[in-house]
Amino acid sequence: MTTPRTDRSNWYWLLPIPIVIPLITPLFNAVEPRLFGIPLFYWLQLAFIVLGVTTTTVVYRMTRRGR
Amino acid sequence: MTTEIVIFTILFLLVSGMGFVAARWRRADDLASLHEWGLGGRSFGSWITWFLVGGDLYTAYTFVAVPALLFGAGAMGFFAVPYTVVVYPLVMLVLIRLWSVSHVHGLVTPADFVRARFGSPTLALLVAITGIVATMPYIALQLVGIEAVLKTMGVTGDLPLIIAFAILAAYTYQSGLRAPALIAFVKDSLIYIVILAAVIYIPAKLGGWSSIFAAAQAKFEATPAPGDGVLLNAGNQLQYVTLALGSALALFLYPHSVTGVLASRDRNVIKRNMSALPAYSFLLGLIALLGYMAIAAGVTPIGKDSNTVVPLLFDKMFPDWFAGVAFAAIGIGALVPAAIMSIAAANLFTRNIYREYLRRDATDAQEARVSKITSLVVKVGAVLCILLIDPQFSIDLQLIGGVIILQTLPSVALGLFTRWFHRAGLIAGWVGGMGAGMVMLYNISSPTHAHFAGSGFPLSQLGLDTKMTIYAGFLALIVNLVVAVLGTFLARALRAADGPDATRPDDYTADKDDPRVHEVETSGST
Repeated sequence: MTTPRTDRSNWYWLLPIPIVIPLITPLFNAVEPRLFGIPLFYWLQLAFIVLGVTTTTVVYRMTRRGR
Repeated sequence: MTTEIVIFTILFLLVSGMGFVAARWRRADDLASLHEWGLGGRSFGSWITWFLVGGDLYTAYTFVAVPALLFGAGAMGFFAVPYTVVVYPLVMLVLIRLWSVSHVHGLVTPADFVRARFGSPTLALLVAITGIVATMPYIALQLVGIEAVLKTMGVTGDLPLIIAFAILAAYTYQSGLRAPALIAFVKDSLIYIVILAAVIYIPAKLGGWSSIFAAAQAKFEATPAPGDGVLLNAGNQLQYVTLALGSALALFLYPHSVTGVLASRDRNVIKRNMSALPAYSFLLGLIALLGYMAIAAGVTPIGKDSNTVVPLLFDKMFPDWFAGVAFAAIGIGALVPAAIMSIAAANLFTRNIYREYLRRDATDAQEARVSKITSLVVKVGAVLCILLIDPQFSIDLQLIGGVIILQTLPSVALGLFTRWFHRAGLIAGWVGGMGAGMVMLYNISSPTHAHFAGSGFPLSQLGLDTKMTIYAGFLALIVNLVVAVLGTFLARALRAADGPDATRPDDYTADKDDPRVHEVETSGST
């Protein structure tokens, strides 16, 4: 290794998004609109998994080393 | 019934065979060191890590208890989903730093890190004991998962449970972390098949999702309990959020989670898994909804044991042979985390008690031998816990476990980023957080339990005029942090001696091609 390593990258500032949004209960504490008969409370929280995966994937790809 | 038992037994034995063979898988020169026995040679790539950590975090107990929560209380039980969504972005940066410093210094446990960072054997001992105490009931609860399945199949008596755990103990002893890593492939594949089949097949048989949720709503409206329902209410939203966040903060402080992470090959493996592991969260969300399906299907738990609702649902809805596969998935699902947890607890004992206090010059081979024997002792303890004491005791202990493991956050997780805290402040914070947590848990009551009735602490007990509850662990952590900060200022003001820091800033960013990382890997421990 030649360059000094660092864990600083602006991409990491994306990480708080999927931490904060799934914890804001007013966003999803409702029955309507339903999806396939499933209340909002359940399907939207499952959809937040996609938000989490997208964010961590972007951060991983933008900050990985040695490629 | 017989078909179920036969299929369950065949799959269980097949997997046990794999556990023994695992000692030869990705063979090391010898298994006589903790890096090999306890961390699988620290060489696992993305796929193995995904299966291993997934199998480790999403345990059989989770798969049985989370739907049982929804069955009993409704929306509150769904906290498991936001919990397992926020955890990965939350810990990504923490874990890669832990990986780096652990590889440079040959650290095996979270307490090893605290020892190196803060130069305090006392603080390391507290972290190690906290880890062991928090993990023990968790292992015992894996037995509750197996027990729920056995009960549903009509198998009674303690012997089957003892045999299952004896087999588990034997192959963990022989193969170390390689055993659960290999078994995790089978376990997770079975679970994915069963759950995908369940969420397509069962709703179709029950008349669709609308009628499932309608049945759940009808059930909760008929009960007098104020906290249940298909949505959250004004009283439990704060509890929902703090429980999800608090559990997420706690998850990777558990020694068995750290074991899975340290066994990975490099930092990229960990980062990539932070976006791959939520696949299990999706699965867990679907599994949680099985609780409502059980309501719609009119399942009545065996003898008030709500942990039997999922096995009973499978038994009722699936053909016998597939129910057998489903039961095997839960049974085997208990083995993977139980193995990793016992390895992690054993490593803590070996590294932070045996090596620190009993035999300072222990060789790698001696460490491995002590860990292997300790892993046996831990499992015998877990079995005795379930057989001799009321299983409710283990459930209470696990609840406490989540609260107490959080109290290691300032020294382990914050310690990875800052050396600002004074060791005396951290010790004082641990004591304060622990005390506050215990007092709060003791004072949580329900109609059926006078104490330790849950983790939702009513804020009215603090004199606030509100019906809101908050996760006790979260409040205890705040107490811990406040005391640690004040204690640090006080210790500095009194010029109390601080421990030496054995780590350097660039230790926290080292990766596998760093010469220092290799040096340690070949020479064994520090």
